[in-house]
Amino acid sequence: MEITWQTIAFAAFAVMTLGGGLMVVISRNLWHSALFLMLSLFGTSGLFVLLVAPFLAAVQVLVYIGAIAILVLFAIMLTRRMMGLEETQNTQWPAAAAVALVLFLILFVTVSPLVDEQWFKDIFGGDEKDSLGQRISRLNADLPVDTDERDENGELKVKPNDQLNFVTVEAIGEALVTRDGFVLPFELASILLTAALIGAIVVAREDEA
Amino acid sequence: MDVNWLDANYLAWLIPVPPLISFMLIILFTGRNKVLSHSIAVGSVVLSFLMAFGVFLKATGTDDFGFHETTLRIFGDDITWMDVGLSEFKMGVAVDPLTAVMLFMVPIAMLMIFIYSVGYMGAYPDDDPHKIRYSRFFAYLSLFAGGMLTLVVADNLLLLFMGWEIMGLCSYLLIGFLFEKKSAQQAAVKAFMTTRVADVLMLVGIGYLYAEAGTLKFHEIFFANNAEIIERLGNADQTGYIGLSAASIIGLLLVIGTIGKSAQFPLHAWLPDAMEGPTPVSAMIHAAAMVSAGVYAVIRVFPLLEAGGNPHHAEYTAPLILMGVIGSITALGAAILGVGQNDIKRVLAYSTISQLGFMVAALGIGAYVAAAFHLITHAFFKALLFMSSGAVIHAMEHGEHAAEHGHGHDEHGHDEHHTHDEHAHGHGSYTWADLNAKIEHGIEAGHLQPGERTPYGTDYVGPNGELPDDAEWKTSIPQGLKPDFVAKPNNIALMGGLRHKIPVTAYAMLAGSASLVGFPLITAGFWSKDEIIADAMTFITNSGQFEGHSPWLHMLVFFSLVIAATFTAFYTTRMWLLTFWGKPRSAMAEHATLMNHVDPEELAKAQTSTKKFWLQYSNSALMQGPLVVLAFFAIFAGFVGIHGDFPVLEWFTGSHNFFHEFVGASLLHEPATVPFKIWPVLVSVLAFSIGAGFAYVKYGVPRDSYEKDPVQNMVGDPVWQALKDRFGFDTLYLATFYRGFEWFGRVFSYRKVDKETIDGILETVAVVFNNIGEAIKRFNHVIIDGVGDGIPQLIGLSGRWFRNLQSGRVQQYLLFTAVMLLAIGLFFVLRVL
Amino acid sequence: MVPLWFYLVVSAALFAIGAYGALARRNAIAIVMSVELMLNAANINLVAFWRYLNPFEINGQIFAAFVFIVAAAEAAVGLALIISIYRSRQTVIVEDVNMLKW
Repeated sequence: MEITWQTIAFAAFAVMTLGGGLMVVISRNLWHSALFLMLSLFGTSGLFVLLVAPFLAAVQVLVYIGAIAILVLFAIMLTRRMMGLEETQNTQWPAAAAVALVLFLILFVTVSPLVDEQWFKDIFGGDEKDSLGQRISRLNADLPVDTDERDENGELKVKPNDQLNFVTVEAIGEALVTRDGFVLPFELASILLTAALIGAIVVAREDEA
Repeated sequence: MDVNWLDANYLAWLIPVPPLISFMLIILFTGRNKVLSHSIAVGSVVLSFLMAFGVFLKATGTDDFGFHETTLRIFGDDITWMDVGLSEFKMGVAVDPLTAVMLFMVPIAMLMIFIYSVGYMGAYPDDDPHKIRYSRFFAYLSLFAGGMLTLVVADNLLLLFMGWEIMGLCSYLLIGFLFEKKSAQQAAVKAFMTTRVADVLMLVGIGYLYAEAGTLKFHEIFFANNAEIIERLGNADQTGYIGLSAASIIGLLLVIGTIGKSAQFPLHAWLPDAMEGPTPVSAMIHAAAMVSAGVYAVIRVFPLLEAGGNPHHAEYTAPLILMGVIGSITALGAAILGVGQNDIKRVLAYSTISQLGFMVAALGIGAYVAAAFHLITHAFFKALLFMSSGAVIHAMEHGEHAAEHGHGHDEHGHDEHHTHDEHAHGHGSYTWADLNAKIEHGIEAGHLQPGERTPYGTDYVGPNGELPDDAEWKTSIPQGLKPDFVAKPNNIALMGGLRHKIPVTAYAMLAGSASLVGFPLITAGFWSKDEIIADAMTFITNSGQFEGHSPWLHMLVFFSLVIAATFTAFYTTRMWLLTFWGKPRSAMAEHATLMNHVDPEELAKAQTSTKKFWLQYSNSALMQGPLVVLAFFAIFAGFVGIHGDFPVLEWFTGSHNFFHEFVGASLLHEPATVPFKIWPVLVSVLAFSIGAGFAYVKYGVPRDSYEKDPVQNMVGDPVWQALKDRFGFDTLYLATFYRGFEWFGRVFSYRKVDKETIDGILETVAVVFNNIGEAIKRFNHVIIDGVGDGIPQLIGLSGRWFRNLQSGRVQQYLLFTAVMLLAIGLFFVLRVL
Repeated sequence: MVPLWFYLVVSAALFAIGAYGALARRNAIAIVMSVELMLNAANINLVAFWRYLNPFEINGQIFAAFVFIVAAAEAAVGLALIISIYRSRQTVIVEDVNMLKW
């Protein structure tokens, strides 16, 4: 894999996302955790940009960093007596770490191209029909629409213009309000949000009595 | 998009909507205004009723409605719910003939229940919890109605399941409506947890069906051009595990869901306790909605259940056998238990379980149309019976109130010359306050044991045989709500002679009872029950078509149902006679009335006679009006399903069984009508005559409340006690599943284990042996006591171990879940599937 | 071009980190933050699959947008609950909120 600006940017954003995420869960100071959460969310937004989903990237910044993370900060301030706990992890953290690790390994094995390696096939029966190895290679085989791929004339197969306009904001907006699109889920989601907000107010407000 | 909303295809969408909107409106906005709340609720059901009736009329007016040869003519519409990869999941509504008749029955029954509720809830005094949470009741009721209608119009199993779960939630909320009572809380939890066990398995079945068939739409699986789907599912060589075809496994799981929802053995124990809810709830649960939903669901998926077999040739599939056996056991067992109940609502609860057993058993032998027919007629007369019992209870409560305050209702023209002493017969006064004092005194002095029957003919213990926690009920129960061990106004031993007090209710209930026992020829229940028995019997006597298969399931179903029908006739007649016949056996029956508590001054102020009437009789009219309407259907609804060749009546029917032909069109292959035979009719008439006649002989004579029940004299005290204890099932479940964890979680108590658990097992064993007598009973004591030390220790150990799981720390629970999920994940990754 | 599985691995790692936080942190707010991380991981996955498998269909992005909505609702209700618990019990440590047991 050649080093392009894309790979560099990906590496940077991935480090931001994962490093931020890691600090969120291990930082002793809850305030720092929240700030690292913002960093991690920003990294995710960068990944969205790389994936040519500018709308989602913007929403990520606005909704996640602008609203949810700020909400978390407020919650921390309101409960600030609990900020400097001596013990930030509970007693079951070794088990939790083991669970997280095994989870990651399972997912890693499932998505990575290890399945094409011979030793992997030896263990998991990669040549048998319907083995896990076979299934994953099939999945990987027809994966990417490679935007860097060129035809015999050296022209990009997918025009740069197309790349940037896979899905426009306009198209998303339209899909959300047509019957053949997603108007029902959209309405339901708005009801959900309203209900959640009313519920949050009711739950969090002080009793008048 | 151009939509004609009066088109039946779209109208079906709208049917469940008004009650759901009504629920939201009442919960969110109008909770404080009682009149507005019940108006919205009733109005919403009227809307639903009109739309459903429109669809029903359209359906009956459509030629070849349903499935005929090659055409599938039903109403329906769907939208894409989810795009999942390459397949899309569609959600929609469909109205086929089966749905159409449900759309006739359900809204009518519901409308009547709603109107009745206005009168029933309104008749309570203002400080009663019924009245305090009045609006909330109508909100729950609306949600319940919405859930039921959703279930009925659903065109796929997932939407059906959603309606199913909405009703599960509502039944929990409504059974526990009087949550100040500990017994109501427990009953609610019991109902919820019991049905949950079954629902989880049902959901597994739905998932498996989706995995195998790729769709959950009824008409895509069963009909249309997809006959091969059902064939493949029914073929054990191609699909499924352990020798069962996929259809069988799915069918078994779905049937288990029904066993929970329709309270079939062994998951029946929740239903009698569900009587803790207000009476309209009982009517809703037992007639129009929840328990019918269970049977409706299996009728709906019947083609799946019989896939790979043919019940008409005695080739039974596993789900059919399960249904036939469970249905027979339930029908018979519950009918026998119904004999031993003195609580009027519990008699009806057992009769419901028993009648649902009839339907499930009928489906087990492939009597598709008969099961659907009985479902419809049963809904009408059972709603009627429950609502009548509610009116009776109300009248009794009113009488209790009057008796306690030492005056009748002079202003209503009741005279007071019946003094309490007339009924006392040496036991002193019969007012409830006195009785309570006596009972409490008796318990304190150690003369009475919990669970023992008092000489006053009353039950004073809670549904689980326990005494309520004294300290708790005294502080937490608001005025107007009685603790459990007060002799209940539900007790039929204390009624009698009520036909003079509440004649409309009495004769409406007579119509319902007649229908339940299958009074020949003129009641709906006769025709539907007869069709089931005829189906079972015809196939036995006509065994030539079985090609060597033994029709054992038909025989089992036939004999248990006939015996069950006899018992049904007996206990129903007993209930009606004890309630309405003879002379009043208590002061509260003496003063029973349904009239309002009216301030005499206010009455004097009323100008017109209409106004006066309404002031006095509003609740009475609101409660009894619906009874009259339902009584009409309880009698006449049966005439749509008369066998085409019934003697004499064939002139009217024109040799057509309308119901059979209409509903039969819901199946790919319309089930053949059984040829008419006179024997099944004679058998049902005989069953009715023996049961009802015997009951009349025993109970038709005036008797007093302190007399032993005639049945008790006949069968002896141990059997009677076993009947009252419901064969010990509740005690057993309580002891094993519930108490086992709860008690040992707290403190290991040998005394309690010994008393409750061992007695629970003992009682079950005793039921089996009770006819052999006391000697063997003692023998059992010895045996059980021998293992008595081992069992408590075992349970104690498991209890102490399980206690650690329940730490109250959510993250620990989450960790368990995560480990479990990872185990499943590893299974998929490591095992080459 | 970065291959798809890079994104998937990042997503898997972020999900595992979030899972660890949800299981091991004592502070309820930290748990909410961990859950947000997990939702983000799911979103990366969704968008990545959309981009690589079916970039001309709109479904993938819409799906991710709905995850945003659910996340927002979850955060609002979750934090409200935490504040409510803090007010009544003076703690946000989940282990101390353990009344729901035998």
